[in-house]
Amino acid sequence: MNLREMFSSVKGAAFMPYICCGDPSQEFTVKLIKTLVANGADAIELGIPFSDPIADGPTIQAASNRALENGMNPMKAIEIMKKIRKEEINVPILPMTYYNILYSQGTEKFLKMLKDAEASGVVIPDVPLEESGELSRACKNTGLDLISFITPNSSKDRIKHIAKNASGFLYVVAVLGITGARAKVENQALELIKNASSMTKIPLVVGFGISKPDHAKAYIEAGAKGIIVGSQIMNIYSKYISKDGKGFEEAKALDEIAEFTKEMKKACVGK
Amino acid sequence: MNRPTSSYFGKYGGQFIPETLVPAFRELEAAYEKFSKDSGFAKEVDYYLKQYAGRETPLYYAERLSKKIGGAKIYLKREDLLHTGAHKINNALGQALLAKKMGKKRIIAETGAGQHGVASATVAALFGLKCDVYMGRVDAERQAPNVYRMKLLGANVKIVETGSKTLKDAVNEAIRDYTASFADTHYLLGSALGPHPYPTMVRDFQSVIGKEARAQILETENRLPDTLIACVGGGSNAIGLFSAFLKDSKVEMIGVEAGGDGKKHAARLTGDGKVGILHGMKSYLLEDEFGQIKETHSVSAGLDYPSVGPQHAQLFEQNRVKYVSALDSEALSAFHLLCETEGIIPALESSHAIAHAIKVAGQMGKNKIIIVNLSGRGDKDVDHVRRVEDGEGELR
Repeated sequence: MNLREMFSSVKGAAFMPYICCGDPSQEFTVKLIKTLVANGADAIELGIPFSDPIADGPTIQAASNRALENGMNPMKAIEIMKKIRKEEINVPILPMTYYNILYSQGTEKFLKMLKDAEASGVVIPDVPLEESGELSRACKNTGLDLISFITPNSSKDRIKHIAKNASGFLYVVAVLGITGARAKVENQALELIKNASSMTKIPLVVGFGISKPDHAKAYIEAGAKGIIVGSQIMNIYSKYISKDGKGFEEAKALDEIAEFTKEMKKACVGK
Repeated sequence: MNRPTSSYFGKYGGQFIPETLVPAFRELEAAYEKFSKDSGFAKEVDYYLKQYAGRETPLYYAERLSKKIGGAKIYLKREDLLHTGAHKINNALGQALLAKKMGKKRIIAETGAGQHGVASATVAALFGLKCDVYMGRVDAERQAPNVYRMKLLGANVKIVETGSKTLKDAVNEAIRDYTASFADTHYLLGSALGPHPYPTMVRDFQSVIGKEARAQILETENRLPDTLIACVGGGSNAIGLFSAFLKDSKVEMIGVEAGGDGKKHAARLTGDGKVGILHGMKSYLLEDEFGQIKETHSVSAGLDYPSVGPQHAQLFEQNRVKYVSALDSEALSAFHLLCETEGIIPALESSHAIAHAIKVAGQMGKNKIIIVNLSGRGDKDVDHVRRVEDGEGELR
């Protein structure tokens, strides 16, 4: 299923969790995706960990470090993507990583590998529109959506320009800052969603700082068509990783993730 | 909204930043564009460089060192004599004045050796700005005196515990801070690297080194030098010296990278660096087969960085500047030799440049002239050198 099909078939708004591939193990990543999808996730943003994630806060930094220490790399992430397709998981998968990971393998070559693993698009936070020429061409050539960002400090002209060049959906960054669970709904993000809705038909998907179903409800009411939650998912399961990093109460972690996913999905559907 | 071509040096440079930072960089670019053409602003910068920092710095003929080696005449551009002990103050003063003009109330900075952190803390005190300095745990330990200096100057030193806990990780944290704080904060980046306009702006603020040196050597020797030598971490002291001589095609220029212990190093241009994207720029960097940034090693914290300023990448590609490396052990020997022959304790960073001068001066005739950028003084390194040489091991 591609993003367009997903958005046209989803009831209410889509729940699109972000997870960090390989944290704390490859096996867990597969189980986590299955749990998320079984409980209502409509798409998965799959983080391929990078050593220097400048757009990410402490939670995703820690998850990336655990994954890298446990041997995760971009090739293994692609293997995991192939594996979950064999498990009959059909939701769109969106690899998220930093530009150097693609660039070092040859951008188009790497995108082709992602496409072969049935990715729907890519999310690359350190490539703004002005630098996106090569990446954007390579995405078009391989048939992947390149997800663009808008933020509460983007000017109207800039939002229009970004929306015109966007594919898949527009990623609405809810906070001025880096990723990480926050306690409240951001008024500036509500404003941004309302403004952007009047300028473009492309689905608006909100991320950064969302940790509760109530946050999702508020953004959806303002016009969001999708909700991304990342750090809060890591906060939930990392509680069950022992301090020395060796023990992991996996079953308990997955149970709590399942509960959280159901609640978020409910908020997204609008119940 | 097309990309301004001036953000690139050939194919290197650019502005690879999250969308949230785009308005912050537009504001900075516009402010720099405006004030770099404003003669009043230039006068103000010059005033502080002269009256506060102590410019101009001498171009000193190191006669005993030259005679000991027995070849070319070695001149030292004495940036070590500046207030706060290194060339870093040139850029810090310029950017802090710009930050004031932009109405910012706070500056943040990253630091490796601590020299840029100290310079930032100093200008923050001078201009009444709040100051937070990010410094990796490893660097904070090996450059402990500078941590205390920053605190004395009223700065808040934020110790970075992520990644390799060195300069690279301090830059990451400063960028993350800036992403949330740019409304009232200026990121005072310390080297000629990072997203546009930093490589250009920092070079311009450091270009006073080369302008002075060029005038001074013409005054003293009545001719241009044969060779310029400077160490290259991010590359700000080197580009500051080189920029005034780029059109003098007969002047040879050599940038010296950190060769580390021979196995672990920070040699991006002379080692196995590849072109990639880190810290908002496209340049050479040290990475593994999957594009993860490698941990670097150098005895000098200021050269311990996995990438290099984009203009250096271009000058390397154009073959205009020759890049070489010096080992930790060679830098340490040079450190001692300068102490003993000239009574000057150089920074370990600058000791890499001196090490290369020692290698080449002997092969050059006595009528040849070398200018070495003595970018900083070594007071901060004294305890670190003692530890390394007493076999107590390096702090990392």
